[in-house]
Amino acid sequence: MTSGRAAVFGRRAPLFLALPALLAVGAVLLPLVYLTLRAGPPGSAAWELVEPGPTADLVAATALLVCAVVAATVAVGVPLAWLVARTDLPGRRLWAVAAALPLVIPSYVSALALLGALGPRGLLQDVLEEPFGVERLPEIYGFPGALLALTISTYPYVFLLTAAALRGLDPALEEAAQSLGSSRAGVFFRVTLPSLRPSIAAGALLVALYALSDFGAVSLMQYDALTRSVYLRYQALFDRNSAAALALVLVALTAAVVLAEGWVRRARTVRTSPGSARRPAPIALGRWRWAALAFCALVVGSFLALPVGVLAYWTARGLELGKPVDLPWSEAGNSVFASGLAAGAAVVAVVPLAVLAQRFPALWTRALERLAYVSNALPGIVVALALVFFGARYGGVLYQTLAILIFAYVVRFLPQALAAVSAGLGAVSPRVEEAGRTLGRGRARVLVSVTLPLAAPGVLTGAALVFLSAMKELPATLLLRPIGFDTLAVEIWTATSVDAYSEAAPAALLLIGVAAPFVYALAARLPWEAAAPG
Amino acid sequence: MTALVRLGLVVAVLAASLTASVTAAGRPAALQATKLVVYSGREERFVKPLFETYTRLTGIELEIRYGDSAELAATLLEEGSNSPADVFFAQDAGALGAVAAKGRLAVLPATTLNRVPKRFRAPGKRWIGVTGRARVIAFNTDAVKRSELPKTIWGLTQRRWKGRIGLPPTNASFQAFVTAMRLKVGDERTRAWLVAIRENEPKLYARNSQILTALARREIEVGLVNHYYLYQLKEEQPNAPVANYFLTRRDPGALLNVAGAGVVSASERRVQATRFINFLLSRGAQQFFATSPGRAEYPLVRGVQPRAGLPALAKIQGAGVNIGRLGRELEATLRMLNEVGFTR
Repeated sequence: MTSGRAAVFGRRAPLFLALPALLAVGAVLLPLVYLTLRAGPPGSAAWELVEPGPTADLVAATALLVCAVVAATVAVGVPLAWLVARTDLPGRRLWAVAAALPLVIPSYVSALALLGALGPRGLLQDVLEEPFGVERLPEIYGFPGALLALTISTYPYVFLLTAAALRGLDPALEEAAQSLGSSRAGVFFRVTLPSLRPSIAAGALLVALYALSDFGAVSLMQYDALTRSVYLRYQALFDRNSAAALALVLVALTAAVVLAEGWVRRARTVRTSPGSARRPAPIALGRWRWAALAFCALVVGSFLALPVGVLAYWTARGLELGKPVDLPWSEAGNSVFASGLAAGAAVVAVVPLAVLAQRFPALWTRALERLAYVSNALPGIVVALALVFFGARYGGVLYQTLAILIFAYVVRFLPQALAAVSAGLGAVSPRVEEAGRTLGRGRARVLVSVTLPLAAPGVLTGAALVFLSAMKELPATLLLRPIGFDTLAVEIWTATSVDAYSEAAPAALLLIGVAAPFVYALAARLPWEAAAPG
Repeated sequence: MTALVRLGLVVAVLAASLTASVTAAGRPAALQATKLVVYSGREERFVKPLFETYTRLTGIELEIRYGDSAELAATLLEEGSNSPADVFFAQDAGALGAVAAKGRLAVLPATTLNRVPKRFRAPGKRWIGVTGRARVIAFNTDAVKRSELPKTIWGLTQRRWKGRIGLPPTNASFQAFVTAMRLKVGDERTRAWLVAIRENEPKLYARNSQILTALARREIEVGLVNHYYLYQLKEEQPNAPVANYFLTRRDPGALLNVAGAGVVSASERRVQATRFINFLLSRGAQQFFATSPGRAEYPLVRGVQPRAGLPALAKIQGAGVNIGRLGRELEATLRMLNEVGFTR
């Protein structure tokens, strides 16, 4: 359980890792370069429009929301992951998939669905009004609505990363603790939870980045977050410069979050990978089974069934009006194709960076890894315009092709792959790699034949996270896609922008349906069913 | 090992398709006159049939990038002289004004400009209004009788409306109305109106359309919106108890806003692009905007009638302010809305 600083790959970072890592971070930092160019030096006209008082209020409101969302997602995601990955919970494969699925629901769709269900005069009130005379529900607009919508869209980050870590956890540790007389709760809090810390922290980081960058939920719920103000500057003022200045404030806030996460994660590193593959025996829930089932039902019921139910209701209303339901299959194909490429590209881009940061701990490698996160709480429109800026100038024939769209996805979602791959690598003991080296393998071969297979759950999780995020990406897709390349997210937006909810709903349901098998492949690989790694 | 094999496959597929996409999706030579690239802030669901008609009539392929008008405006500004776009068709004057102000739209010929009344053209001749939308008070017909509605926008400050008004403070059309009001009656009276409305505790929404659905649910009783959202709502909910109320002729609340188009100055197909705009101003296209299902925009070209039941265009003078001036004044409006507490 020691933090290994072993020089498995040699003491100096090899070029075959450093170069790609530098390139990846360079790409991710493009939006930051763009913002700096746009905003100009402090004191320029753009900065004058970022007044200290109102900006401080925005920062405070944003920070409050982000903290609340992180707390809520950890409270929901960690127990859920433990239940489906480590216990004999009935139907855990199904629960695992259902719990991960909300990840693919765009936050503006969950916000719309929440308003449709819980908003004033929404479905819930309709149901309650007749028998109970309920005329007013608690206000959903503002903080509660934003918190709920963002929790729905982001808790799967914590859930998936924690579940992946639980899968890689060596049961020997827990068994040892138990044999030494620890109670089950004691084992969980003293052994399991600390081992999960890097993964929970990585998941929480992704949640925080998402909450910082989200515009859809906060605008629909009318919560005054920084992104809402950034968007306002584009949409109402047509002022790219002051929008950039305000976006840089968001970057500063992100930097604080990223540093905090790095500190939490490094506070105590725990290696947990199995030296030899072993399947942990599922923990019998016994009489707690019903409580566990109720918890899963509550989470899945409110976070998946509720939005899906509202979408189904909208679809039904369309059918009632005699509108034909056309499922946008070719758009679904485009979504899967582009998102699949993005997932592959992101993982390839991220592995050198993650290995560098984990196996060659130095100030510069750690800084590089942290830098990759910093520009990624930027709202989608900022990233999209940055790539419009560079693409139109230097992209040549690549501008507005699939290639630049994939590039945009990678720039936007690389941190998700990074978080998952790092968490996966973090659980792999350098001792195993040393063994590989002593057996005469080269550095690159050890990486490929020992490290990556052991980190496979993390790598696959990273690919899946990027895939699912790209499936619902909208701002960059609209501005950078090849003309006519419609994705499901575009289709949903096209319908909601004319308030044709009865047309948007089937597309949103198809998005969830198409993502489901991928989520299934990802979430249902329970440790005692999956093939042993390595 | 399976993970590695999978990873390898992904890399191979990625490399192959990137090469394919570059060669296949790369833009063809810019000088081909058989196509036009249109950046459209108007919704695809609505304008697509019209664009298809254009292609049928002329044989010219339209490549249309749909998006939010403001985001497309920002895109045009970032692309600058490298823009692949030929035409910008925007939802509102503000977006067109922002692009025109940086010289990214070309001056239109008089033959095009003369098709619409002067108040619907850009002062700098770089864009032209295509259709109009009137600001109205939409109301829930179960909750309010038409005769109870105020003659002017000032009537909404009465206590009777406390907690019953819906507004979209961040919506461009609403902000254009406040700007027009400032230009007409001055900052002081506009601010007084905003403060009085604020004290009436209105419910705030992001979009006009949300106000319509809120009205249908009786979440609110009156809402300040554009007139055509009603027709959109009735497509989804034919029996919704909602109707439009047009304010008196000179009331600042009766502003007429426009959607418009301009030719991108970086375009190498400007003549063709201008012809496309002429098409949007043709009688057939104007009628399409005015009467297709769910829509009821005001045609701006002389001699084309609006949808039955709407007051004539000449009757909606609003503040009598040239809409081309609204964009420049927007910032002061936003500051005011911010100070009064409607936005941040």
